[in-house]
Amino acid sequence: MSDIASLIHPYLSHGRSGLLPALQAVQAEYGWISQEQAAEIARLLHVPLAEVHGVIEFYDLLHNKPRKKRTLHVCTDAACSLRGADQRLRDLSADPTLAVKTDPGEELQVEPSPCLGLCDHAPAMVLENGWEWRILGSNGEWMDRPLSLVGGTVRRITVRCGNGRTSLSAYGGYRAWNRAQQLSPQQVIDEVKASGLFGRGGAAFPTGLKWESAARAEGWPKYVVCNADESEPGTFKDRLLLADDPHLVLEGMRIAAYAVGASKGYIYLRGEYAYLRPILEQALREAQEAGLLDGFEVEIRMGAGAYICGEETALFESIEGKRGFPRIKPPFPTTHGLFNKPTVINNVETLANVPFIIEHGAAAYRELGSEKSPGSKLFCLSGDVAQPGIYEAPFGITLKELLEMAGGMAEGGSPQAILLGGAAGAFATPRHLDIRLTYEDLRQASLTLGSGVVMVFDQRRDLRQVLLKIGRFFAHESCGKCYPCQMGTRRQAEILERLASGRLLPGDRERLEDVGWTMSDASLCGLGQTAAMAVLSAIKEWPELFTPS
Amino acid sequence: MSETFTLSINGIQVTARKGQTLLEVARKHGIDIPTICYHPATQSNGLCRMCVVEVEGMRLLQPACVVPAQAEMKVRTDSPRVHRARKTILEMLASTADLSEAPEIQRMMQAYQADPSRFPEAEPRHIPPIDDNPMYVREYSKCILCWRCVQICAEDAQYTYAINFSGRGYHTRIDTFYGLPMTATTCVFCGQCVGVCPTDALEPKSEYLLEQGKYPFPFR
Amino acid sequence: MITPDRVVRTVCPYCGVGCALELHVKDDLIYRVTSPFDSVVNQGNLCVKGRFGYNFIYHPKRVTVPLVRRYLLEGQPRPPRAEAPQASYPGNGSTPSPWDWIETDWETALNLVADHLVRIYRESGPKAMATYGSAKATNEDNYLLQKIFRALFRTNNVDHCTRLCHAGSVTALMQSLGTSAMSNTAIEVLDSDVFIVTGSNTTENHPIIALHMKRAVRERGAKLIVVDPRRIELVDFAELWLPLRPGTNVAVFSAMAHVIVKEGLYNRAFIEARTEGFEEYVKSLEKFTPEFAENVSGVPAEDIRRAARLYATAKNGAIFWGMGISQLSHGTASALTLVHLALLTGHIGRRSTGLNPLRGQNNVQGSSDMGVMPFHFPGYMRVDAPGNAEKWEKAWNIEPGGLSRELGLTTTEILSHAGPHGVRALYIMGENPMMTEPNLNKTRHHIEQLDFLVVQDLFINETGVYADVFLPATPFAEKDGTFTNTDRRVQRVRAALPPRGQSRPDWQILCDVAKRIEARLGRPTAGWEYQHPSEILAEVSRVVPEYAGITYERIEKDGLQYPVWDLKHPGTPFLFSETFPRGRGRFIPLDYVTAAETPDDEYPFILTTGRLLEHWHGGTLTRHSSLDELYPQAYVEIHPADAEMHGIQDGMMVKVSTRRGEVALRAHVTEKTTVGVLFIPMHFAEAAANLLTNDVLDPQARIPEYKACAAQVFPLHEEMLSPLPRGRY
Repeated sequence: MSDIASLIHPYLSHGRSGLLPALQAVQAEYGWISQEQAAEIARLLHVPLAEVHGVIEFYDLLHNKPRKKRTLHVCTDAACSLRGADQRLRDLSADPTLAVKTDPGEELQVEPSPCLGLCDHAPAMVLENGWEWRILGSNGEWMDRPLSLVGGTVRRITVRCGNGRTSLSAYGGYRAWNRAQQLSPQQVIDEVKASGLFGRGGAAFPTGLKWESAARAEGWPKYVVCNADESEPGTFKDRLLLADDPHLVLEGMRIAAYAVGASKGYIYLRGEYAYLRPILEQALREAQEAGLLDGFEVEIRMGAGAYICGEETALFESIEGKRGFPRIKPPFPTTHGLFNKPTVINNVETLANVPFIIEHGAAAYRELGSEKSPGSKLFCLSGDVAQPGIYEAPFGITLKELLEMAGGMAEGGSPQAILLGGAAGAFATPRHLDIRLTYEDLRQASLTLGSGVVMVFDQRRDLRQVLLKIGRFFAHESCGKCYPCQMGTRRQAEILERLASGRLLPGDRERLEDVGWTMSDASLCGLGQTAAMAVLSAIKEWPELFTPS
Repeated sequence: MSETFTLSINGIQVTARKGQTLLEVARKHGIDIPTICYHPATQSNGLCRMCVVEVEGMRLLQPACVVPAQAEMKVRTDSPRVHRARKTILEMLASTADLSEAPEIQRMMQAYQADPSRFPEAEPRHIPPIDDNPMYVREYSKCILCWRCVQICAEDAQYTYAINFSGRGYHTRIDTFYGLPMTATTCVFCGQCVGVCPTDALEPKSEYLLEQGKYPFPFR
Repeated sequence: MITPDRVVRTVCPYCGVGCALELHVKDDLIYRVTSPFDSVVNQGNLCVKGRFGYNFIYHPKRVTVPLVRRYLLEGQPRPPRAEAPQASYPGNGSTPSPWDWIETDWETALNLVADHLVRIYRESGPKAMATYGSAKATNEDNYLLQKIFRALFRTNNVDHCTRLCHAGSVTALMQSLGTSAMSNTAIEVLDSDVFIVTGSNTTENHPIIALHMKRAVRERGAKLIVVDPRRIELVDFAELWLPLRPGTNVAVFSAMAHVIVKEGLYNRAFIEARTEGFEEYVKSLEKFTPEFAENVSGVPAEDIRRAARLYATAKNGAIFWGMGISQLSHGTASALTLVHLALLTGHIGRRSTGLNPLRGQNNVQGSSDMGVMPFHFPGYMRVDAPGNAEKWEKAWNIEPGGLSRELGLTTTEILSHAGPHGVRALYIMGENPMMTEPNLNKTRHHIEQLDFLVVQDLFINETGVYADVFLPATPFAEKDGTFTNTDRRVQRVRAALPPRGQSRPDWQILCDVAKRIEARLGRPTAGWEYQHPSEILAEVSRVVPEYAGITYERIEKDGLQYPVWDLKHPGTPFLFSETFPRGRGRFIPLDYVTAAETPDDEYPFILTTGRLLEHWHGGTLTRHSSLDELYPQAYVEIHPADAEMHGIQDGMMVKVSTRRGEVALRAHVTEKTTVGVLFIPMHFAEAAANLLTNDVLDPQARIPEYKACAAQVFPLHEEMLSPLPRGRY
């Protein structure tokens, strides 16, 4: 057996779907994938050569040119740049040994990264070394997993978070799953529908309806996919749940699988969260050994550095071993999802709500939140707040209350702008501080909660720099499939470069608006449809910023 | 005969058959919807979004090339929203790719009064021509990423899979395995890709030479 | 961007698929070829030859002036052939030789042709006269050529390359069904649920049909069974691959029939209603057990069983085959085994089923239809059957009994009969026997025995160098006419360019030759005054019932699939829905037959030959086009295991020899071929595969055994290479 064949042996039976894991395995060994290695993978998995190349090229974390085996990823997105990330990147690029003085070893390369989901550790850095990933803490210490601050007014889904114990015995068994098995699948679905649970990934689709549709769809096998590709800048709640309470998520998946009749599940874990993989694998092993997953096989798949793969259909493509291009909808995943089969795909936080609903019932669940936004929500507070972290609170809490929860503004600042929903979200202003954080109230104010990002900028910050970060982020992450986003994110970023450097040209505001509305109105997927949200909201709130000097 | 029904396009009642797209229905009734990536021989992927239309009850514009016509739909093919999107897409395209050999797109630009220099200081996709085989030349500066070549090389006709993509986003381009010369790939030089290219980014070598005033058949 | 002066729709001149082409012309230069996406045959798809392989038209070596040998112009007797130097054209300026090519005018050239043909006819009679038609030329060209030799020289020594490709299939289909063309339309494979491809590297030789096949598998879920000694590309799409040893078809397919009968999978109702000879045939199957077949073919018995069950239990099973079935000394038997499978299962006479011999040349079907065959007048009317000659005597204004009722000589026989008492004069239109006949060393000896050879072609190819007169014809893009493709579709060929230089369309040359011969013979005219090729086809349609409804007006866009019985008839996509032309389909009991030459210690390999995607047959066209740049030299394919045993590495020069000859070429070490089997493409004069092939003939079809002979291979060091003459002038 060739060297490559033995490296990718576990994936040979997967065919095309084994392509990403196979590429990742070879890269973990060699640091990059040579032409000969790629050809061998193509041959073994029966994937056309050009498509193997196309896949490598799509993902930031896969490389087809020689490079050093270790990489230091330095987050330069909005929250981290508020804390000096850009300067740190410059320093480290000039002298990488600065970063590794506590860990001498092989050479490494230093690379800027889109948001690493470590906004509570800003400025964040992660060291990649094959399969092993470690976090560089703010005091220069290496961590195998992030230690998170968890707060809030309620601890419903974060009840076990922050205590550092993730074992099955600490979790205490799958009580909700036991109860679910006494119900029919339809009764489970009815309970979830009655709870009013909706998706926490950003699109806020009613979870029960999704399950019902997949349960009724023709086709076999059916799949449950846990979307753990948390990549929205400013979002790190799923990271917390997976790191601190993996069994909660697994139990949610198990119940979902029962409800829809799925025999196979995938957890698609963001590539940059590779340090969570051992935790998940351990939890999976425990659950399997305890017989909790009988009849339901769960596989962990690693993302490879592509924000777009958080989009559900792009995520399917990625599992199937392809470039992460989003698909045209309809058809929807519930009927034509992964491998074109009926699929339920839920966000980590959504699944984490399920055990409570099944164990305690929809009525108990609805004791928190509003009629249309029942339950609690994890808010990711970052930026200029005193204590960045995850805060669980019922829907309906106000922005002001949230900020107070996080210790108020850092260093005596006062809020100038609050980015709600992440890069794909919109700016709120101090006049929104009393707005109730529910989907319905925010929609009325043309705002969004998205994935729960609350990124705060005080009055000293130059919002033009923040907009530039957002613009660059989308230009980097656009998959390139549909024209509005492929070109629009680039043209938008170019104009934002001018904005940030004070070189705005006459007509630039109109250009931003045309590009922005075209992306919002005509793009193929959610990425393009939201890529101009922040800019358009900024134009509305602070038009003076967009007037050429 | 399969099920037929009526819908309204620009206020006109038209009939459609189940399974037809809005684009097919509109064109059959002589209603013009512009398209760039669409080609009858290739799978529609809704890439260019030039065919977007307004459908009552839908929040966003809908790509007519893939959206199935449905009974009672109310469709507008040239509303101000539609016009703005199309015009902006064309203007962005002109700032991105060399459209000098894409007469259909140039005609659309005129029709939508799109300004080819709308985006000053925009960085076009500049890629030097690749002349690596005796049959055709690849000038990817002209490429508008309609994907037709990639698709026709794969399941849409040829099952050869010689080309795919490199890069991502704006810097996506059509490429071979590790950028190898075409003669070192699985390419069988059927030229299906040349046949569906809308911008002459892929061009027969003979035409390429003739354009430069050279004799097109330089036999060894 | 070039704006064309005109875009002319025509038909591809290469393979039998018959793809529609659009030639984009600027200043008489074809700079781009496209295909309409609504074309019924190819839906806009082309292969490399169709799209890029046309520029031989502009090759500087194309001959565009009539050429005659100096001795003819000077009225000298023919000097001995042996004295001919390696004559080149244009002349090399050295000492004048009686064999020098002299450029002349049409009048002189045509008169010399007529003078010498008539002289020899008068001296030696019909048996001294012979012609090769061209499957590259139009129906009209071919019809006229056979008309000249039949009506004026009263001989049936008329044949063309069909003899060398599908004669075995034609004979088998004629015997068992009564007709010989593809029964169905290629694109119907999209609705076949099981289909067999055997002896056909469809991807390379009928690329567009291969696209339909691949789509049938990938999109429609059809199951493909490949039976072929080479690991052809379609194997990647196949449910089953039966890699049989070359020449063992009869065993494998008879064993499949054996299984179908033993397991009761045959279609009793069909057999009772539509066939005859079943009982006797079943008896003959006894010996063909799968184990017997495994023993001789190397194909596991279990795979033979699986293939048999798969095909027999299909809803719509189809069989496609190529030269691997027919180019054998038992090509007829080999093709019969396929006919039997269809008759056993009833997979014939319906859409998406059938017996489908994929015809090689763009117009090999049409040339056969036009009677360029020694046993048949146009329309497959046997020359020796009562009533047929009379029809043509009437059509051609010939006295009753004037036409020959004797079977003529076949392609290979024409040359082997060359000599003072046999064939003395040969007229070759667009064929290259010095590349395409088997055992070329022997062929060369034969061609040197001729007294007078006329070659009508585009280039002086390996055959042209032996000619006395060379008449420059025009290629497809410079003439009007029709081609008939492999699924019997008669399609319109259109001139996009004026003839280059003084070259002329074949039909015009032939009319002028005919009139001169007729005048010299003093016969009443058979009719040679055509203003346009459409008038020639109209003459065919008046006598050949299958073509009765075909007119140029009706085939303006898409063509018509014959039979087209009258002007209202829509054409016939598939045959035999009610009955077979001979009535009942006939089972013909078979014994086991295999290749004439089998491997031994001295020649331990089986050599098989074939074609490449990038080239065409003898290479006259493709090797004068940019396709030659893409694929410039010959390779012998050898399996890695064999290569290792013989110390051969990829790219190394090797010598391949057989009892008949040897060639030096590079080795391509690849699993595309199987252990013990070598493959050499036939296109390369400098390493001509046919120097090696065996000229043994099938006793009925008289097709040579190109597909299997015993061979040896050994590595060659560069210093051992003798400079081989390239063979092209």
